[in-house]
Amino acid sequence: MDLKLSTHTATDAEVAAIDTVLGPADSSWHGLDRQVDDPRLDRHTARGGHALRDIRHRLLPTLHAVNDRVGWISRGAINHIALRLDVAPAEIYGVATFYGLFSTTERAARQVHVCVDLACQLAGATVPEGAHESPCLGLCERAPAALLIDAGDTPTQAVIAPATPVSVRAALDGFVEAEAEVIAATPQCPSPALTLLGRVGVVDPTSLDSYRAHGGYAALTKALAMGPDAVVAEVNASGLLGRGGAAFPAGRKWAAVAGQPARPHYLVCNADESEPGTFKDRVIMEGDPFALVEAITIAGIATGCEQGYLYLRGEYPRAKDHMRSAVAQAEAAGLLGDDVMGSGHAFHLEVFLGAGAYICGEETAIFNSIEGYRGEPRNKPPFPVEVGLFGKPTLVNNVETLVNVLPIIVGGGDAYAALGTSGSSGTKLFCLSGSVARPGIYEVEFGATLRELIHLGGGVTPGRTLRAVLLGGAAGTFATVDELDVPLTFEDTRPAGLSLGSGVIMVLDDTADLVAYVQRIAAFFRDESCGQCVPCRVGTVRQEELLHRLGAGSSIDDERALMLDIGRVMRDASICGLGQTAHNAIESAIVKLGVLS
Amino acid sequence: MVGLATVFGAGGGTSSYAEIEDTDVIVLWGSNAREAHPIFFHHVLKGVHNGAKLFVVDPRRSASAQWADLWLGNHVGTDIALSHSIAREIIHAGLANTEFIERSTSGFDEYCAAVEEWTLERGEAVTGVPAEAIRELAHAYASAGRAQLCWTLGITEHHNGVDNVLSLINLSLLCGHVGRHGAGLNPLRGQNNVQGGGDMGAIPNRLAGFQDILDPAVREKFGTAWGATIQDQYGWHLTQMFEAMERGDMRAVYVIGENPAQSEADKERSVHLLRNLDHLVVQDIFLTKTAELADVVLPGSASWCESEGTVTNSERRVQRCRKALDPPAGARDDIQIILDICRRLGHEWHYGDTPLQVAENVWNEVRSLSPMHAGMSYARLEELQGIQWPCPSNDTLEPSFLHGRLWADDPAERGRLAPFSPVVDDPPVEATSPEFPLRLTTGRRLDSYNTGVQSGGYRSPLRWGESVDVSPEDARRLGVIDGEVVRVTSPRGFVEAPVRIDQVLRPGLVFMTFHFPGQVDTNVLTIDATDPKSGTAEFKAAAVRIDRITPEVAGAAAGH
Repeated sequence: MDLKLSTHTATDAEVAAIDTVLGPADSSWHGLDRQVDDPRLDRHTARGGHALRDIRHRLLPTLHAVNDRVGWISRGAINHIALRLDVAPAEIYGVATFYGLFSTTERAARQVHVCVDLACQLAGATVPEGAHESPCLGLCERAPAALLIDAGDTPTQAVIAPATPVSVRAALDGFVEAEAEVIAATPQCPSPALTLLGRVGVVDPTSLDSYRAHGGYAALTKALAMGPDAVVAEVNASGLLGRGGAAFPAGRKWAAVAGQPARPHYLVCNADESEPGTFKDRVIMEGDPFALVEAITIAGIATGCEQGYLYLRGEYPRAKDHMRSAVAQAEAAGLLGDDVMGSGHAFHLEVFLGAGAYICGEETAIFNSIEGYRGEPRNKPPFPVEVGLFGKPTLVNNVETLVNVLPIIVGGGDAYAALGTSGSSGTKLFCLSGSVARPGIYEVEFGATLRELIHLGGGVTPGRTLRAVLLGGAAGTFATVDELDVPLTFEDTRPAGLSLGSGVIMVLDDTADLVAYVQRIAAFFRDESCGQCVPCRVGTVRQEELLHRLGAGSSIDDERALMLDIGRVMRDASICGLGQTAHNAIESAIVKLGVLS
Repeated sequence: MVGLATVFGAGGGTSSYAEIEDTDVIVLWGSNAREAHPIFFHHVLKGVHNGAKLFVVDPRRSASAQWADLWLGNHVGTDIALSHSIAREIIHAGLANTEFIERSTSGFDEYCAAVEEWTLERGEAVTGVPAEAIRELAHAYASAGRAQLCWTLGITEHHNGVDNVLSLINLSLLCGHVGRHGAGLNPLRGQNNVQGGGDMGAIPNRLAGFQDILDPAVREKFGTAWGATIQDQYGWHLTQMFEAMERGDMRAVYVIGENPAQSEADKERSVHLLRNLDHLVVQDIFLTKTAELADVVLPGSASWCESEGTVTNSERRVQRCRKALDPPAGARDDIQIILDICRRLGHEWHYGDTPLQVAENVWNEVRSLSPMHAGMSYARLEELQGIQWPCPSNDTLEPSFLHGRLWADDPAERGRLAPFSPVVDDPPVEATSPEFPLRLTTGRRLDSYNTGVQSGGYRSPLRWGESVDVSPEDARRLGVIDGEVVRVTSPRGFVEAPVRIDQVLRPGLVFMTFHFPGQVDTNVLTIDATDPKSGTAEFKAAAVRIDRITPEVAGAAAGH
């Protein structure tokens, strides 16, 4: 397109960073320095058009490269990216400013992001001078937590947990202690009998051989022998429901994608785990990454995809390393690529990094994010199974949903369906955090109650009494002490007005500052609203203002009508699930728990 | 227009806008439609969005070229060399549409012989465009199911503009990309009604509906209707008129809605000739520079809002224009001015009592004389929101594209075969030289219109006035910076203009407009070599030199 560029130019470091993703420029019309005598300079021809529009999805990785290596994204860098990708600089700026991890103003190369979200707030997080506040980092079992990001030629990220004022200040100086082992997040492990967590703490997550020695790739071998139709039928028979929060039958989704005549099909594994209090996907990716690669491969081939994307949130350094390593080893072993295990099926998988935006976990926002646009959700219909990534039929599944496919294929759908309850088959990962003795990820068969889960986690912190439980995350609801015996299944929670959401069980004891906690939920949604649609953009702000008025002494009797009205507008009129659920926990805190009343 | 009329018998774009959106390959040749024809370019973008590949041939990597899948930046004035190289590649690759060529064209063998020497290598040597890029365009165009070839002044404003057009038409005949839905040839028009002007006979050799003035039956028909004898010879086109003025053969001129004092190449000569006429009448809505020279100025009305009538756009669509405003005091409807002049000359033509009656009756006269307009009653134009010509029938409509007859099975229906034109490469009249090392080409910008008479009165955030655009490389070599006023000299004279460093230019190529003649008289620099067939001047190719204005030169300029 005809670009209108300002006079800002990229520095050598920025150009080098951009080149790591896009390769060196090969045309003076697209970023090569015109004033040098270079045989690659071509005065009489230039390519662009469809060829460049087809690589628009390199924009987010390119912005990552600049931000991660230089520390921020300057106007000059944006101009250079504009020339390389043929995208208007204003649009690139719009994308860059969408993401929390990127900065378009100059800043220090070293940044420490201190989580102030729900679990960390309960654990007393403080943000020393020089560090930033951050939404949930998915390290809730080790709260309070922080993340160090050091920009440079080899960008580094490191987890600081627990994040005390001392350890955060040390991180600001570049000193970080080694991160705890993965198994520290799974108190049940090692326990090979577990369906999903059986290999965590047992296999070496960086070794394909170790994975294979523990039953790895048996499922893919069997799936390839069965053929795509039989695999989809098996998943259907298993009764598997999606674990991302919407509980949609996975088999139906797979069959819908597989049956679309349009080609190509795409697979997106949603690993943008950003719901406050959620960290189960992180533990799978850190502790058993090959299982996810294998499950994605099965799903991709079964639904006619040749390209998959693992959309991983940008704040998971160990998950990123383990997943990238697993994908590379699988490629080298012929388990991914043009001819998977000699089956004649092609399937490629790319680990695609998010950059700090909760909304990108929404199943259509994730498409816009990958495609290089602002991660704003799309209107539905059309649904992703028909018009998804790059406008093509797309299978979007959450990490946990996909890893369930391995036991379904190995043991059969019927055997899997026998686990759990009639309405919720299989096992479920729950994220226990807050005031429990042993926070972490717990795998149980569907049917266990909240009381049993808390008991599994060692009970409420000694000396404290249970006040309430946040179930399902910031978009979920509060359970009272009277609701501890509700079985945690899809069919039992719904009539009880509860929500499993992403499996968050955050325990609040009698010392918790519930007012601050609820205000934090409101602040989270206000901050993470993408701003695309008015009910959510305005509603999340009004809701937070209302909570602060209540906190300052205003009477709930004066505010109740407005509070309910805001909630109804957001629920009825928001484009996506963020706006539709941003009111749930707040209303339940006020109505059920009597907070601020 | 001359080229299309020569080959097909009608001088109009062969496709409709909607067909640009429904095609596989679009070639914009010598056209910066993004800026010069922005409405048409919207249709191009829709086509691109629908999957069409876009090729742009232009010495500058213009705003349009930046949208292209492939840009071919040929040297100015090497269009025939490029099209011949493309043709030879198509023929040798076996991609020519031999069935169409045999059935519907003539002169293919001579054409083959003419292009045979134009190997890709020779094409690259002459045009500067890499052989691989030429090959890619050739294969894409020839292999496409449907392809559109569109051009503008980059093709026609040369001393051999008609030959340039013919060379492009050759390509369409070679591949059968004409006369089908989505496949065609489209000269883009710069004014809302330039097509209509030609359709109505405002060209030296045709009467309304492109009827040849040398045809006695045509002269008889019009003569009877008008009560006058029509001359049996072609008239003069604009360049010939100026030559006639120079010889003293033409002593009186009546100019309607043109500004030749500023729009002609070698403008100082034009002003001189206009000033020396015995009598000059100018009818316009602005007091143009030409009007300032006139003995009589007749204030006209704005046709799009102050009078009734029709306009015809680039896709040959005749549309009704309705009067919304009265013209300012003293200005009159152009039809009334012309009718009054007729009356003074002894012809009492009466078309009606109201402006609408007059306009409709004039139009009905056109319909009675021009078969291609016969079916376009005002009522029908209104009902159908405009009608494309040809429209000979009151009941039916023709296809949206022209020349479908070429695909007919019946030879009688197929009619006259479309001839190939074995034109020859002929570089610009003025080559660059050590004294004048830079190639100056001229063109338009988005928010200005020709000499700026109509657009200069409106403010635009995009307008910076005249500048001489130079490549970053030349700017560095010349030691000039953005905004610095330099002297631009051609063999005919010099102007002073601020430098604008423009990334779309390659070294050796500089660009100016002629939108701001009051500030910079660009046409002092341009050459008045013209195409004898069309009368269009070679605005696109002059040789110039750029000098920094040192203090002593600046002093000399002040005395100039």
